[in-house]
Amino acid sequence: MKTMEFDVAVIGGGPAGLSAACAAREAGASSVVILERDTELGGILRQCVHTGFGLRVFREDLTGPEFAERLVKRAGELNVAVEAGSFVLSVTPDRRVRASSKRGILEVAAGAVVLCMGCRERTRGSLAIPGSRPAGIWTAGAAQRLINVEGYLPGKRVLIAGSGDVGLIMARRLALEGAEVLGVVEIAPYPGGLIRNVVQCLEDYGIPLLLSHAVTAIGGARRLEWVEVSEVGPGMKPIPGTGRIVECDTLLLSVGLIPENELSRAVGIPLDPRTGGPIVTNFMETTVRGIFASGNVVHVNDLVDNVSDEARIAGEEAAAFAKYGPRAVVRFLEVIPGERVRSVVPQRLAAAGQDTITLDLRVTEPVEDALIEVSAGGGRLAVYRRRRLRPGEMVRIPITRAQIDSVPWDRNKVYVSIRSDGRVG
Amino acid sequence: MDVTCIICPNSCRISVSRPEGGGAPVIRGAECSKGISYAIEELDNPVRVLTSTVRVEGGTHRVVPVRTTSPIPKAKIGDCMKYIDSLAVSAPVAAGDVLSGDIAGTGVGMVATWTVQKRGRERE
Repeated sequence: MKTMEFDVAVIGGGPAGLSAACAAREAGASSVVILERDTELGGILRQCVHTGFGLRVFREDLTGPEFAERLVKRAGELNVAVEAGSFVLSVTPDRRVRASSKRGILEVAAGAVVLCMGCRERTRGSLAIPGSRPAGIWTAGAAQRLINVEGYLPGKRVLIAGSGDVGLIMARRLALEGAEVLGVVEIAPYPGGLIRNVVQCLEDYGIPLLLSHAVTAIGGARRLEWVEVSEVGPGMKPIPGTGRIVECDTLLLSVGLIPENELSRAVGIPLDPRTGGPIVTNFMETTVRGIFASGNVVHVNDLVDNVSDEARIAGEEAAAFAKYGPRAVVRFLEVIPGERVRSVVPQRLAAAGQDTITLDLRVTEPVEDALIEVSAGGGRLAVYRRRRLRPGEMVRIPITRAQIDSVPWDRNKVYVSIRSDGRVG
Repeated sequence: MDVTCIICPNSCRISVSRPEGGGAPVIRGAECSKGISYAIEELDNPVRVLTSTVRVEGGTHRVVPVRTTSPIPKAKIGDCMKYIDSLAVSAPVAAGDVLSGDIAGTGVGMVATWTVQKRGRERE
């Protein structure tokens, strides 16, 4: 087995991996490799044939494949090495990456590693819907790949469970391809995806959105024949007697995404239970020095532009680590999500590196006239007002190096919390 | 008509109508000027970029993703999909290749957004 040496090894060739690899080269890494398990680069963008990508990064409304194409081209110009068809088996804390490929086992000794494995979909198993196990039940992303990459229509009469973005996008895609889309069923009282997708994918095509409803039974011998849809009450529990039968041959599940961290766990990288991804610093470095992470493997993003931003930080920092070794950081402040905040990335802040750090928050519930407060043990660091916040839309707030530096030396935690009346305080 | 604005996350619910006999549109609920323009456009001439896939013959993949080069009238989406459904192209198809100069009489072109190689010539 031959060991190849690279300054930076990037695991995954989707938008995060491509952006991180390009940024690493641009920041002076002399050799960068992307290890990708698929036969082509681009990751999930390859199957996201709709527009809405790159409004901020490229200032154009691109389709997923077009966005990917630009990154792939840039990576080529920067002589980023690509090992496609390579499935990474293990990463060690001393940054040796082992992969299985057509050429046999590859081993890469890397100065720094960037984890960009993305995420995968929750399946029927995590919903525990009773009933038979017929054909015709797909995750929304699998159906998207079938239609947009493989060229097959998965069914003719379709119900979608869950109103995540992929589910909404697939409702429109199936309607365009001539399938009858019976509706989107969402257990929460608010949609899971972006409002623009609710409007342009459902309202444009007259597809009903049933909030506070859930699929409660599945029937069919070989192929799906029907599902039961029930109203849910407090605590998202189905209300007995509200169930009705919907005849359909296909059920798509768009019920959440899980960062794909088997490799990270095996290295011993601590994960944040709130995001399902590695705990990272504002340098996008995990708790294992020299191993960085970015994109949906860290936390599930709504927009590829955000992924690009954080992947660039990861790539630049990985290049610097490979060249100069670890950053000397005097202290890290731990970010604690407070009231109405489900998660915050990054979880550890140092008053070093970027002048302005972006905190990505998710809220636990919709909030009107929100007052977002960042504080450190009594002292308030920053306050932001936002008209409306929704769980489906990531909230991004800036915090400066000076603000982090102003935290007294006997404190090591920063709290982020949200109140619902912006006029107070 | 009622419009949900998609310009920013505020997602204003805007009501927009044109008085009988014409005149300036009446708009309620928009919190900014971009929302007002969006609502008027949705009332008078709603447009969308259409994306789909087109059949490919002899390629490494059976379909190639496509887009209209600019937005088309919403009312024309059905005609465009019929045309797209009738179309088949031969591999190779490169990202940016023009597959139609004027899709369904809209005056708007349609291009491939990804590259599909000829079958048997995949990268080793």
